[in-house]
Amino acid sequence: MATTSPVASLTATLAAVIRRDLLLAMRRKSDVLTSLFFFVIVVSLFPLGIGPEMATLRLIAPGVLWVAALLATMLSLPRLFAMDHADGTLEQMALSAVPLGVLVTGKIIAHWLLSGLPLALLAPVLGVQFDLPAGALAVLVAALLIGTPVLSLIGAVGAGLTLGVRGGGVLVSLLVLPLYVPVLIFGAGAVEAHISGLGAAAHLSLLAACFALAVFFAPWATTVALRIALE
Amino acid sequence: MLEASNLECMRGDKTLFRGLSFRLDAGVCLMVQGANGSGKTSLLRMLCGLSSPAGGEIRWNGAPIRKLAEDYRGELLYCGHAGAVKDELTALENARISATLAGAPANEVDDAAALRALRQLGLKGREHLPARALSAGQKRRVALTRLLLEKRRLWVLDEPLTALDKAAVTNLCGLIDAHLAEGGMAVLTSHQDLPLAGRVDHLRLD
Repeated sequence: MATTSPVASLTATLAAVIRRDLLLAMRRKSDVLTSLFFFVIVVSLFPLGIGPEMATLRLIAPGVLWVAALLATMLSLPRLFAMDHADGTLEQMALSAVPLGVLVTGKIIAHWLLSGLPLALLAPVLGVQFDLPAGALAVLVAALLIGTPVLSLIGAVGAGLTLGVRGGGVLVSLLVLPLYVPVLIFGAGAVEAHISGLGAAAHLSLLAACFALAVFFAPWATTVALRIALE
Repeated sequence: MLEASNLECMRGDKTLFRGLSFRLDAGVCLMVQGANGSGKTSLLRMLCGLSSPAGGEIRWNGAPIRKLAEDYRGELLYCGHAGAVKDELTALENARISATLAGAPANEVDDAAALRALRQLGLKGREHLPARALSAGQKRRVALTRLLLEKRRLWVLDEPLTALDKAAVTNLCGLIDAHLAEGGMAVLTSHQDLPLAGRVDHLRLD
């Protein structure tokens, strides 16, 4: 039998956690589809409500798409750990020989694959309703691809802190929404800056900085929050 | 060797137990007994490191378990009231995935090993059924496959007999005996008598 290095075995466990969460989501599709439908419907309602004023639609498009992405992500947060907490899986994860941080990271990646990535892929289709030019759509997708992982990372901390708390769904919004504000500003700002001809590079760099910071702190903070929730 | 000294457990303002000390050597089973609410589950969760005692210390081979962290968790198998069995997954997927999450080497937990474990626990023919379709006792058996798939020295089992039928109880006792014979240790709570062949120490919480 081949001996595996510690890093290789951690990566294998990480991949196993991601595969598991994706498999569970496949067997429970309605959960994932709810937040996606929410995103599509909210974004599509705006052009209908505001009317076919191209200039106005172009102006509000980045903000509307980002706010809808924020709310759609938040809708899926309470599910992140609740099921595993209820059936005892989270206890087993906390007692695993693999560091809990690795398992938590796997769950966050799976959450992004199921919520953030589909949003980013749907956004250009929905952006057409707002008469966004092709260049702006590309920037929108780039900003969402960098920004939505931050939403999943910060959201996981909130979900961990409110685990097992009554009314946790409301509490998680109160905790997490203020932390989402920088992502919203830089994300929507990137598209606006591109449209006004300033170039999106500065905003995208700041968004990437948010991402780097969140990657560094969020899994660790989530791990601590979960250990407290389990006591 | 697992050692507990002067453990104290609080639930709210109430002291469940204090000054609790014991020592568990290789090949011995510790049976924790007591009325409902006497702190059996709290003690077991402390022994796993899931909660910290209000006072006292737990040591594994002389070192505090808080310091050992993952090194201790790699020696430990905890089976609690909640079986960590996912309704959406099949019995086979549940067995494989829970062993992988616990950190068993990926190359050892293949389908063949998981199938063997399920059959040994009397789930032949149920391997590909979603856990939703299994009875409570069968779900408990799925949860117990971890005893076979993860090679751990210390088993901490909280009411492992819940929902099991007579044949499964005999089967489980056989597993525990084999584990003790190999120099393993077990801490368990049960309201029924377990016909174990190995040495059993009793601990009463009152």
